[in-house]
Amino acid sequence: MSEVLLDVDGLCKDFGGLEAVKNVSFQVRHGQIKALIGPNGAGKTTIFNLITGVLPADAGSAVLGDTQLLGLPTHRIAALGVGRTFQTSLLFDQMTVLENVMVGHHLRGRSTMLTAALRIFGAGAEEREYREAAMQALDRAGLAHLAGRSAAGLPIGQRRLVEVARALAAEPRLLLMDEPAAGLNMRETEHVGEIIHSIRDGGVTVLLVEHDMSLVMNISGEILVLDGGQRLAEGRPDEVRNDERVLAAYLGEDID
Amino acid sequence: MAAVREVPPDNDVHDEVLAATQRRRAQKVQIAAFFLFVALVPLAVHNRYYLHILIVVGLNLILATGLNLLMGYAGQVSLGHAAFYGIGAYVSGILTATYGCNPWAALLAALAVTSLVAWLVGKPTLRLRGHYLAMATLGVGIIVVVVIRQTTGLTGGAAGLTEIPSMTLFGRELQSNMDMHYFYFVWAWVCLLTVLFANLVESRPGRALRALHDSELAAQTLGVDTAAFKVRALVISAAYASIAGTLYAHSSMRFLSPTPFGFHTSIALLVMVVLGGQGTLWGPALGAVTITAIQEALRPYADYDIVVYGLLLVVMMIVMPGGLSRALGALYGRLRERVARHRAGDVAR
Repeated sequence: MSEVLLDVDGLCKDFGGLEAVKNVSFQVRHGQIKALIGPNGAGKTTIFNLITGVLPADAGSAVLGDTQLLGLPTHRIAALGVGRTFQTSLLFDQMTVLENVMVGHHLRGRSTMLTAALRIFGAGAEEREYREAAMQALDRAGLAHLAGRSAAGLPIGQRRLVEVARALAAEPRLLLMDEPAAGLNMRETEHVGEIIHSIRDGGVTVLLVEHDMSLVMNISGEILVLDGGQRLAEGRPDEVRNDERVLAAYLGEDID
Repeated sequence: MAAVREVPPDNDVHDEVLAATQRRRAQKVQIAAFFLFVALVPLAVHNRYYLHILIVVGLNLILATGLNLLMGYAGQVSLGHAAFYGIGAYVSGILTATYGCNPWAALLAALAVTSLVAWLVGKPTLRLRGHYLAMATLGVGIIVVVVIRQTTGLTGGAAGLTEIPSMTLFGRELQSNMDMHYFYFVWAWVCLLTVLFANLVESRPGRALRALHDSELAAQTLGVDTAAFKVRALVISAAYASIAGTLYAHSSMRFLSPTPFGFHTSIALLVMVVLGGQGTLWGPALGAVTITAIQEALRPYADYDIVVYGLLLVVMMIVMPGGLSRALGALYGRLRERVARHRAGDVAR
């Protein structure tokens, strides 16, 4: 087993009496694709929000490498190498597709407002370099022909791909993907599966929340099942599939 | 997504980068053409009144460009921008008139003071989501005018600050009663600040601003310190206003009173930005020209221009929410398309 990249321990979050996350612990290892599944309201997205500092946790810890993430602001967590995509692809709609991906380079850029305005200390070169890099990233994702298009008009499948390309431009160590297949048809979902595999093969560890069971069972190395904010089961896809507690929680839902 | 998986032609990458370079070059040509046109204006306009109005347009353009960075790009509203204009003007005026400072040193001092005030206002309010900055700047706008009126010993109060010396350039006085020289001086500043603005919005920090305007959460997830960037946008916006203030202080009146730095002006600036088109390069110019013209036309009716601003805002929101520059751009696009179709039709026949 490879070493642990993300170690979540005893995570708790209470929304005014509603315990959304109850003492959840799990680990994500380097180079793994791990899935969080569970019925609606199981606390999956809340866990993402706690890990990325969008919501403050009530208790527990989330350690990336050897850095405690809880308590840090979202942008600092991003700088430590945690990327994220959203269920409703949050693209910057007033920008072009290319500019969206260029924002992904923000963390690596050095230019400040002053140097950028005056185009000094390499700000102009940085701009050209990141434009090229973003263009190549779009090309690899098969989106080069959309570069000049406004992000606002894209169909949902392409929005998701652009969002993934943008997140990868930041070169994260860990990518949190919130329902990457939501709203996609079967072919598109398959494609997303291939993309997630290639992301992992590129050296990025993936933690995803997903409702599409065929996708989850196909790509995940390990699955954590949550129910009512609590850890219900954890293991390889075949173990989870046959777990009685999981079947009970999903009663009526087809896990295959 | 099926379409996405079709392999696009290889030269796409190159084409798009080329197109971006071309867009930027086109923008540079636009800027150069605009300022060349402005430079030729005094050859045709000899009337001192008109030159004076054109200087006012230049000052308003600087103010509107700064406010555009804040409103159009960072998505934050300032309801007291005239206060930053006033601080710039009064710091410059007091340092040169009362303390005999060099006008350029005073310009830098005014920049420092205005930026500091903007930072102090922005730091606590911009950490919060919502319209707290608008509220805070509204308050600052009122406070600054009151302070100017009350600190009579320093500012001359309501009676005004007089005998502000001329601006100097390379050791020579810019005779402010020769409006042509000052016209070129002001518009050189407009040109410089427009180029800096155009550079800034097409850069890492500029995109960070536009990104947080669209989605703070997504921007933060990509490592953008949104609170810090909003504060920086406010400080730069205030710095632009400060420079306009300094230029105003040394203009032909050589006199400062609190009136031009009140709420009225803040609203006029806001209307300039919205009317011209928030978040566009040429919006502030269109807005500054239009509103300055309206101000001059309505001068006999004094304060009633604010009624016109209100009407303009309402009509704009309904008819062209993107502002004049976007509406004109769309019109131009349609015309070109029609001409192209017409030509194609001719060829077919």
